[in-house]
Amino acid sequence: MEKKNFTCLGCPVGCSLTVFIEEKEVIKVEGNQCNIGVEFAKEEVKEPKRKVTTSVRIKNAEYPLLPVYTDKPFPKDRIFELIKLLRSVEVEAPVKVDDIIIENVLNTQVNIRASRTFVRKNG
Amino acid sequence: MQLKDIYDVVVIGSGPGGLASAIQAKKEGAESVLVIERDKEPGGILNQCIHNGFGVEIFKEDMPGPKYAEMFIKEAESLGVEFMLDSMVLEITPQKKVYVTSKWYGFNEIQARAVVFAMGARERTRAQIRTPGFRPSGVYTAGTAQRLVNIEGFMPGNRFVILGSGDIGMIMARRLTLEGAKVERVLEIMPFLTGLTRNYVQCLQDFNIPLQLKHTVKRILGKNRVEAVEIVEVDENFKPVKGSEEIITADTLLLSVGLVPEIELARSVGVAIDPTILGPYVDEEMQTSIPGIFAAGNVVHIFDLVDWVTEAGFIAGKGASRYALKEKTEKVLIPIKSGNNIHHVVPQFIKKDALEKAPIKLMMRVSKPIEEKVWIELRNENNLIFRKLERYVRPGEMVVLTIPQKTYDEVFKSNTLYVSVEKFGG
Amino acid sequence: MEKFDFIIIGAGVVGAMIARSLSRYEVSLLVIEKESDVCMGTSSANTSIIHAGYDPLPGTLKAELNVKGNKLWDTLAFELGIPFKRTGDYVIGIGKEEIDGVEELYKRGVENGVNGLEILKKEEILTKLQYLNREVSLALFASSGGIVDPFQATLAPLENAVLNGAKILLETSFEDFIFNGKRIIGVKTNKGDFYSDWVINAAGLYSDKVMHKAHVHEEFTITPRKGEYYIFDRNDFSIKEVLFPVPTKASKGIMVTTTVHGNTIIGPNSHEIEDKEDTSNTEEGLTSVYEGARKLVPTINLKHVIAMFAGLRATGNARSPNPNIDYNHDYLIDILPNLGLVNIAGIESPGLASSPAIAEYVINLLKDANVKLKEKKDFNPVRKPRVRFRDLSNDERKKLVENNPSYGRIICRCENVTEGEILAEIHAPIPAKTYDALKRRTWLGTGRCQGAFDLPRVIELLSKELNLDPTEITKRGNNSKFLFRKTKEVQNAVKRYL
Repeated sequence: MEKKNFTCLGCPVGCSLTVFIEEKEVIKVEGNQCNIGVEFAKEEVKEPKRKVTTSVRIKNAEYPLLPVYTDKPFPKDRIFELIKLLRSVEVEAPVKVDDIIIENVLNTQVNIRASRTFVRKNG
Repeated sequence: MQLKDIYDVVVIGSGPGGLASAIQAKKEGAESVLVIERDKEPGGILNQCIHNGFGVEIFKEDMPGPKYAEMFIKEAESLGVEFMLDSMVLEITPQKKVYVTSKWYGFNEIQARAVVFAMGARERTRAQIRTPGFRPSGVYTAGTAQRLVNIEGFMPGNRFVILGSGDIGMIMARRLTLEGAKVERVLEIMPFLTGLTRNYVQCLQDFNIPLQLKHTVKRILGKNRVEAVEIVEVDENFKPVKGSEEIITADTLLLSVGLVPEIELARSVGVAIDPTILGPYVDEEMQTSIPGIFAAGNVVHIFDLVDWVTEAGFIAGKGASRYALKEKTEKVLIPIKSGNNIHHVVPQFIKKDALEKAPIKLMMRVSKPIEEKVWIELRNENNLIFRKLERYVRPGEMVVLTIPQKTYDEVFKSNTLYVSVEKFGG
Repeated sequence: MEKFDFIIIGAGVVGAMIARSLSRYEVSLLVIEKESDVCMGTSSANTSIIHAGYDPLPGTLKAELNVKGNKLWDTLAFELGIPFKRTGDYVIGIGKEEIDGVEELYKRGVENGVNGLEILKKEEILTKLQYLNREVSLALFASSGGIVDPFQATLAPLENAVLNGAKILLETSFEDFIFNGKRIIGVKTNKGDFYSDWVINAAGLYSDKVMHKAHVHEEFTITPRKGEYYIFDRNDFSIKEVLFPVPTKASKGIMVTTTVHGNTIIGPNSHEIEDKEDTSNTEEGLTSVYEGARKLVPTINLKHVIAMFAGLRATGNARSPNPNIDYNHDYLIDILPNLGLVNIAGIESPGLASSPAIAEYVINLLKDANVKLKEKKDFNPVRKPRVRFRDLSNDERKKLVENNPSYGRIICRCENVTEGEILAEIHAPIPAKTYDALKRRTWLGTGRCQGAFDLPRVIELLSKELNLDPTEITKRGNNSKFLFRKTKEVQNAVKRYL
């Protein structure tokens, strides 16, 4: 049996988890204050995922960048692939908060959404 | 927008504290509420905090900063809160005359019935840590760099050293890495992390960015632009350990060395300031020492979660509305003092009968980390009133103790209340 | 080919005062400066004191020009709109062993012709200045001492010179002289050759190098002496006086003094260095500044520090022109008529106080050498200071903003500097083209946040008004850029990080 320590990223409380693993399966989690901790530990052992936030270029808005986020956790080891893709994206105002900028990005079932609204700037 | 001469409530700052105050003031019956904001758009620092983690406590939804702000901006607008943007308050009198200047509205004098300070905080600078060396360009506070990268759209460097393991510093380490920069090192002078552990994991560990505790910058090199920084290990008294110097090539030094409440206005109007945290003393309504002047958010003390700033804003907004509508309250205050291992507590006072209306949330920071179970205790001169178990306490993570209403009688007869961290089992 | 009557090398306070004095006459005049702005060297980083004149050794050129210069400041500051206050200054003797030192300065002052000197006994000084070290034994008060904005002290006379026809070129560094036989007829610079009848060497720390290019005074050298300072947040710690300790042989010692901006500063220490560009602060230096200042004012707390800086004094090794005096650090000011060169060198403290008298002295040297200087009929001695929003009353602010709304937008939150003020400086007779140029002119970015809030807005304004990309905006010229690339243009990042 393997024992690993994680910090739960499920919420800002950030519980210190002790996770007991046998043959890549989580058999016990200690230190969690709620069930999110158990789910986080399982996923962290199987396929670590993170919510990713970054920005894409935007035209005709007050500022040159539109902040965006992944609406679900995204595979950790593909983050740089995602970032590289988003660097080439440019959208145009108006954009509304939560608008989907890319659907099912890189076939991960995760959508890239706008983190804010930009009205169209004249010119 | 046509400015009125008199407003029930004037809120200074439109970050999370200001927005929540304005919304709550409106909901509680204030007729006219004006929010004055220095930036071109409302939202405050949330607009540059494009990372997620906002809203989990209050809304059970994990949002990026701009989305969190927008939710409140929309609600405020729908309630009829007025916004005066790109405008700055220069002075407030104890009679609540507000002097505000703006390119768009001119120089104005506005009368407020109640005022909420929600100016937030500013970052500590190089001068406050007195780092020797040259004074080149390329030394930025983490927040300024965050604004440049996320809003203005410019990278202030390619190779970074970050001083300070506060949340903004770690979040910027990740952000810069994602935008193609190299973060050589994060340094922390304390023997422990000063930000949230979760940020250490997802911002530094995930990207293999080395963190060095008990280290600081000894010297900045480069006359015109940063060329390198000399770092050094420090001992228990923060004195450099000889022989531990190392020169790291970098073009930028980011400072994430703490926030200080932005209290120039508060100070100039004569509000009493708590010397430990440099924010105004407040009671459980977030009212300052001047009746009718309230304060919400980081202007009071540095919160670690925006959700709690929002909550403080709701409380301040309710108080401001109550005051503007001339509702009477109890005048006798009970001070709350910091005891064993408590660095500070907010509010520092509660009104004698305050628990009649609702439970009261005390927010505290500890001085030293304790990685085992401890009691957080509330006492008066004679008795233990209430206590709560914590599994650990860390300076980077605020401790919350909610005084339940059932302790009303004991609290009512107290002259002073004390909060402290006590040994479990003790 | 551009030809002038005079070329001045160096836009520090000495060059500036000479430029202004020469612009009274019907002459053509070029000032060249190697840095991105005027007042970038010794003139910018000092204690900003207009010394009374009791310190220099009697009989030296330093003593003569200090006392003469001091008297010129009221008219000068009035005509040129330079912030200047005749605060008076104190020399504070601590302990019995410093009593003699204070009395010695009094005697020197009387000998140098300084008016308004007064000795204060322990009780008198402690009643006046209650924050002083209780060990104070005796003090000297000089009512003619004062403080000035050192940057405006350089900028204002240069602007006045420009308005009266002088030309100034920044980022133009002297490389060599151009000779015709044995006579200098111009200078070679990184921006090309410029010709003139006379060259005036006011190159500060580099004045030795410049004169050596003309093969004169080869024994003369400038050894920079570094002085470090702390500046305090005026909201947290502020004294209103100018306090000197009793001087040592090496320097006037570590002061505690106020500035025209209301910030208290402490410093400078004094150590000789080799590198004329080394304006870095050192840990040891800063510690000695703190300890020195606490000797005068024990309550000083570094918690209230808002900035640090270091300046270099241009210490020369010129013997006093007075043969009766054995002194090796006097000013070197001379004219070499056959060569066509005037040197002004070794102008260390009290150089700022002396500067207007140095300019008069130079004019007299030229006249004595039969250089024709005919007064201009239309010389305008007045240079109006530009409006400072923070100094206005609320009524004045209201009117100002009504007339020009850009004065309503605050860019620097700590010092309340407005967009209007910044635009005015960018389009002034000597335009501010860098962040530091704006900072020194308007005092933006000098408050508690040290530019953390205003920087993005200032970069935006500079790039818009100067029609430059934001990545081209610098702190102080050279390679002092703020921004490297656009956030998404990662191909411009260092390759191996990708």
